[in-house]
Amino acid sequence: MSITASPVRARRLPPRERPGSPLLLGHGRLPRVLAGTALVVLAAVWLLPLVWAVATSVQSEQDVAEPGLSPFKGAFTLEAYQQILERGNVTVWAANSFLVAGLVTLITVAVSTLAAYGFSRGTFRGRRVLLTVTVAAVMVPPQLLVVPLFEQMLMFNLVDTYAAVILPQVVAPMMVFILKRFFDGVPRELEDAARLDGASEVRVFLSVVLPLSRPIVAAVSIFVFIGAWNNFMWPFIVTNDPGLMTLPVGLATVKDAFGIQYAQAMASALLAALPLVVVFLLFQRRIVSSVATTGLGGA
Amino acid sequence: MTTTTPIGAPAPTGEPPVAVSPRRGTGRRGPGPLFVLPFAVPFALFLVWPVLQGIWMSFTDSSLALRATSFVGLDNYAEAFGDPDVWSSLGNTVFFTAASSVPLVLIALAMALLVHSGLAGQWAWRLSFFVPYLLPVTVVTLIWTWLYQPDVGLGNELLGALGLEPVGWLSDESVAMWSVAALTVWWTVGFNFLLYLAALQSLPTVFDEAAALDGAGAWRRLWSVTLPQLRRTTVLVAMLQILASLKVFDQIYILTKGGPNGSTRPILEYVYDVGFTGYRLGYASAVSYVFFALVIVVSLAQLRLFRQED
Repeated sequence: MSITASPVRARRLPPRERPGSPLLLGHGRLPRVLAGTALVVLAAVWLLPLVWAVATSVQSEQDVAEPGLSPFKGAFTLEAYQQILERGNVTVWAANSFLVAGLVTLITVAVSTLAAYGFSRGTFRGRRVLLTVTVAAVMVPPQLLVVPLFEQMLMFNLVDTYAAVILPQVVAPMMVFILKRFFDGVPRELEDAARLDGASEVRVFLSVVLPLSRPIVAAVSIFVFIGAWNNFMWPFIVTNDPGLMTLPVGLATVKDAFGIQYAQAMASALLAALPLVVVFLLFQRRIVSSVATTGLGGA
Repeated sequence: MTTTTPIGAPAPTGEPPVAVSPRRGTGRRGPGPLFVLPFAVPFALFLVWPVLQGIWMSFTDSSLALRATSFVGLDNYAEAFGDPDVWSSLGNTVFFTAASSVPLVLIALAMALLVHSGLAGQWAWRLSFFVPYLLPVTVVTLIWTWLYQPDVGLGNELLGALGLEPVGWLSDESVAMWSVAALTVWWTVGFNFLLYLAALQSLPTVFDEAAALDGAGAWRRLWSVTLPQLRRTTVLVAMLQILASLKVFDQIYILTKGGPNGSTRPILEYVYDVGFTGYRLGYASAVSYVFFALVIVVSLAQLRLFRQED
């Protein structure tokens, strides 16, 4: 980050004041041009599929089927979006995704923060064993659990319910681990001071510890939300009722039904992608810095 | 971190050797078991229990179709080791892991080095590389199904413009897994890119500056200063990536359903096919524990390598 005190910004910052390491390229002109070209090419390759999808979604199906390298072959139309929204499924699935991802995030963050604090500061019996089991559970791939979990949901009669989609997702040992590591680094003096003032343990947690840990809680919430929003395998296995499906699952079930209707397929894909892209644009800085501090993401 | 003072050694100077806190009881106070309980209950119910139940099921002929089950011992495991589909889907998984992990580490590194080099437009580069990572798997596969479309998809249009023959991106057995790997690299490279970028931004600049003063050129400093400093990050990124790639299922299942002719079917899809299409939950459990054993072996091997690095 460049810190310029002067209110008038130079039209072109000298290389030294730009973010990053100017030394990496030296001061010659050629490496700069080469690196710039490489960046532009890479970014273009990465954006091309998205640009192509957007262009496809705003044409008629007939125009999309025309051969040719131009992404845009016919007249601009929002027909595909209209048809998708009229059919209504995508909006139901989006609502389900918000409900599921929202509740998963709320519950996961609440129970994980409490547990992490309990593991970090607690003195009760069995804490060490439980912590060891939790850390070991980080190794278990969630995909391994789908068969027995499904059997369990059959037993509880929960198949095709929101509870079956949500509950197994609230167990996030990795998030407990990240939060515990954070609490371990927080000095205890403030908590002890509150205790001396007679605050209950719950009060200490809510009024002293939580406010201190807002950044890490926000980071964990974002990761859990992205993970739950994009989760596919478990919701796919445990829901058959289209009215209960989340966006990724619903779209997968109609993917084959789209047949050759690529304008509609792209329109629904982009509608489904929109919410998280908006979340990212709103929280870009926080997401980037939290990947840096925790070194981990969802998925 | 605790420091232990050997018995008989003089207490560290500066502080009186007070063993018990004068404030009665405060040292023992702290959050109780009730704090851990709301996590421990779902943890036991939805993680520990399924892990144990899965092990039990792998020794039975448990089935979705027939509710009566009986204990069959090691039969499922014996069958799994003799099952050519287990071996071929494991082979596909390992092939995918190699084909996706190498570019996912190298391209992420290249992206981070380029963005870190201080050229203008940081925000735009970061966004372009990271945005695909935010897309749900179905969205990604819908877009790429369109790009891989044989007649008017972008892939073959580009080849045609270059005067090349069209490729059966998803229908040619020898190409399909590479197509899946390309999609995966596009989709997830942004996360590794961010890890590298964060590491680069936290590197001390003194070594770089010292090398520059000594007259080392840009390439020389990249090879001899920056890359060695990134070694730990590279090991971490590679470890996380290999474990993530081994677990591939979603994009392949939606894109190709494992086809053509089983050439892209990973082990986890075989588990799904056996358990939920073939209704053999017991056998599916056994196959998934064979896979879990592989994951543990890989993790332990990586951990050993990582320790040796230090």
